[in-house]
Amino acid sequence: MKRFAIPAAIVVALAFVPRLSIDIPYLFQEGLNTPGTLELLALCLLFGGLALSYDLLFGFTGLLSFGHALYFAVGVYIAAIAMTRWHWDFWVSVAFTALVGFLLAIVLGAVSLRVAGIAFAMVTLAFAQAGSILALKNPYKWTGGEEGFGVDYHQLPTWTVGILNTKHLYWIALAYAAFVFVVVRWAVNSSPGHVWQAIRENELRVQVLGLKPYTYKLMSYVLASVLATIGGIVYLLLLGGANTDVTTASFTLTLLLMVVIGGTGSRWGAMIGGILYTFANHRLGDLSSSHAVSSLPEVLRTPLQQPLFILGVLFILVVFFVPGGLTRIGQVGVRLDRILRRPAVQEEVT
Amino acid sequence: MSTFLLLTITGLGLGAMYFLIASGLSLIYGLMGVLNFAHGIFITVTGYTLWFVESKLGDVPVLPRFLIAALAGLVVGTVFAALTELVLIRPLYGRHIEQVLVTVGLALAVTALVTAIWGSDARVVAAPAWTGQTTTIFGAHIPNDRWIEIATAVIVLFALEAFLRRTRYGLIVRAGVENRAMVTALGIDVRKSFTLVFAIGGLAAGIAGVLYTLYSTTVDPQQGTSLVIFAFIVVVIGGLGSIRGTAWAAIIVGLVQQYANYYASSGLGDLSVVLLLGIVLIARPRGLSGSFA
Amino acid sequence: MALLSIQDLHVYLGESHVLQGISFDVAEGGVTALLGRNGVGKTTTLRALMGLVDRRGTIELAGDDIQSVPTHKIVRRGVGYVPEDRDVFSALTVEENLRLAERDAEPQYDLVYDLFPELRERGKQAAGTLSGGQQQMLAIGRALLNDNRVLLVDEPTKGLSPLLVTEVARVLERVSELTTVLLVEQNLGVVNHVARDAVVLDTGRVVHIGPAKELLADKPMIHRMLGVG
Repeated sequence: MKRFAIPAAIVVALAFVPRLSIDIPYLFQEGLNTPGTLELLALCLLFGGLALSYDLLFGFTGLLSFGHALYFAVGVYIAAIAMTRWHWDFWVSVAFTALVGFLLAIVLGAVSLRVAGIAFAMVTLAFAQAGSILALKNPYKWTGGEEGFGVDYHQLPTWTVGILNTKHLYWIALAYAAFVFVVVRWAVNSSPGHVWQAIRENELRVQVLGLKPYTYKLMSYVLASVLATIGGIVYLLLLGGANTDVTTASFTLTLLLMVVIGGTGSRWGAMIGGILYTFANHRLGDLSSSHAVSSLPEVLRTPLQQPLFILGVLFILVVFFVPGGLTRIGQVGVRLDRILRRPAVQEEVT
Repeated sequence: MSTFLLLTITGLGLGAMYFLIASGLSLIYGLMGVLNFAHGIFITVTGYTLWFVESKLGDVPVLPRFLIAALAGLVVGTVFAALTELVLIRPLYGRHIEQVLVTVGLALAVTALVTAIWGSDARVVAAPAWTGQTTTIFGAHIPNDRWIEIATAVIVLFALEAFLRRTRYGLIVRAGVENRAMVTALGIDVRKSFTLVFAIGGLAAGIAGVLYTLYSTTVDPQQGTSLVIFAFIVVVIGGLGSIRGTAWAAIIVGLVQQYANYYASSGLGDLSVVLLLGIVLIARPRGLSGSFA
Repeated sequence: MALLSIQDLHVYLGESHVLQGISFDVAEGGVTALLGRNGVGKTTTLRALMGLVDRRGTIELAGDDIQSVPTHKIVRRGVGYVPEDRDVFSALTVEENLRLAERDAEPQYDLVYDLFPELRERGKQAAGTLSGGQQQMLAIGRALLNDNRVLLVDEPTKGLSPLLVTEVARVLERVSELTTVLLVEQNLGVVNHVARDAVVLDTGRVVHIGPAKELLADKPMIHRMLGVG
């Protein structure tokens, strides 16, 4: 249990944040314990956890999926639909949503994993796209189409609703991030976890050892997807509604960026990437409407008022000057190269 | 019968668009191993240049105005694609994930830039009147822009094949798609071919962009991205690096989408394309043409 | 001065330290054989000379450094390469494979078609449909189109029938009169036939340098270093 000492200490420290009325200028607009800041921190923690769940798939098992966001969206939409359209109890909805995520992951994973490399990536993208189309089509008027819909807050536990309870949501997000961290850590260090890492490095060798990579890949896929689905439920609590933003391809790409910027295949990398990206995304929005920017000449001001422009340029700069992620200099390039060009580049030695 | 004919022609028109976009993507991935997420941006850049030039040529009659603007758009789009390769991709030679990421970053940045300057609403483009009208064949009223799309795609297909089979650079590209390292081991600097392939891809995508403005009579910041996802699916179904495979896949996808959208229900066409991808990959993981990287 | 001079060459493939400080010279003219058991690093050595893998150390071609030079430029200085798996382009025709390999102003088609008349006959055939032996001829032929100072040849007789092996040995003999050859080969009969010098590798290091015939006559040494005989 010693190796959990530091992470546990961090979690405890973070748990005290809602009690701290400290101001950190530039980083946050208001004090630490205000609802606005707590909500931002909660989002950061949530996406940190989600990014780590994605890294389980990508960084540890070497599976490049463009469809991870689908399970997150499932978490958001199914829980929202169960409570709002079918008027189910909160805890029943949560259990049902987790079950749906689990079953869907098994079915889609079983099909997608029949191919590997770029084909696998494209199939996952296609399934995610199908989910997006489904949400837009608004079958039975459940998903609310393009606009989405607000969740029926009568179904939610009272201590999660309302601005005064933001700190509870913060704690839930913190618990989620901690939960994902513990689960991923435990999974990666278990014996299937070692097989996953072996698969990432050299799938052929795993087969030669008499193991079936397919089963292990499926395990990793299902675990990662269920973690994402739970994250979706937390997101629903934070947002209070469902909308199609979480079903878009750009959202999935965002996950990839979080993970790569933070550094894949390491304990902290993806989580830090998720936290930093979410933070930057929100604060850039504030920055671009701030006084400093609006007093710039128009040539500079216009592009800077679009946060995505800043982020896009930032990504390019990071990729050029800080490759391999912030926490770990990469064998990332080599790994993805192998994923994209299966069968692996021949390195025969004679 | 006339509905079927209409659906078939419009399906082929759609397939023509997909082919134009997917052919560049296929060559770029086949030769360079780069998943070019910025491909849709080439469409956007061409489209907006076209709109911009057109708006500056106010008094000129529609047909020459459109043609000049289209030409300007194609030139700018192609140059932009070549510059993308030279400035962003080439320095990252051998680092595939970083190359993919810069294309994502570029796509985000350019879309945001266009939105910042001209807003997110669609802008109207003036197209020759004839393209908005229909021609009646066997009782089917077929919009004329479809004919242009199909004809253009066929011309581009032949041009690409001629390039690949009859020029030295085409030879290098065909060999490089198979084994890039061996091409360098023959003393050839493949990197020049990379820029060329990006430029070709940009040109083909730009042509698709021009045709799309004929079809929709508007330009908007998101049009490139939405078309590119289906183009990706076409590329994978057709087999990476194969122009003929891409052509077949584009036709099939375009037709399936049209038929399913009409005969089944609206929106189901898109879903059935996804289903098609799944089926093809499971039955033939190397794509229709069997040439998987 | 040696044509090719290699000093303290190191290559890492992934975590594996495949070449651990290789040093040897290739004298001009004739065939130098690179020998060793499977997996000792012979192919990696050739690939390192070609710049196809990351390498550290000193590599000089006729006194000029080529360690820091990219592959295509190394080739343009007169280095021909016949890789272990032939690596002909299967989607291209025989003729196209040859045309792609042209570098000089006057490629020597006469020489190539003289050595390999079948290549002329099968010009329009897709290289992927050729037999193993024919592909080998194509791989050697395209390297001979140009005026090369040195030819790096990797196991040209691998997988060929005895008749074809003799054929390849005959070709190598003729080629060695025209240019210097560094030959990786497991077939000691061929080595005995054509090689002048021999360099033996064992797990990433050079363990013997000397005249080929002398080495091959020493049965115990052969057995120890190559595990044959």
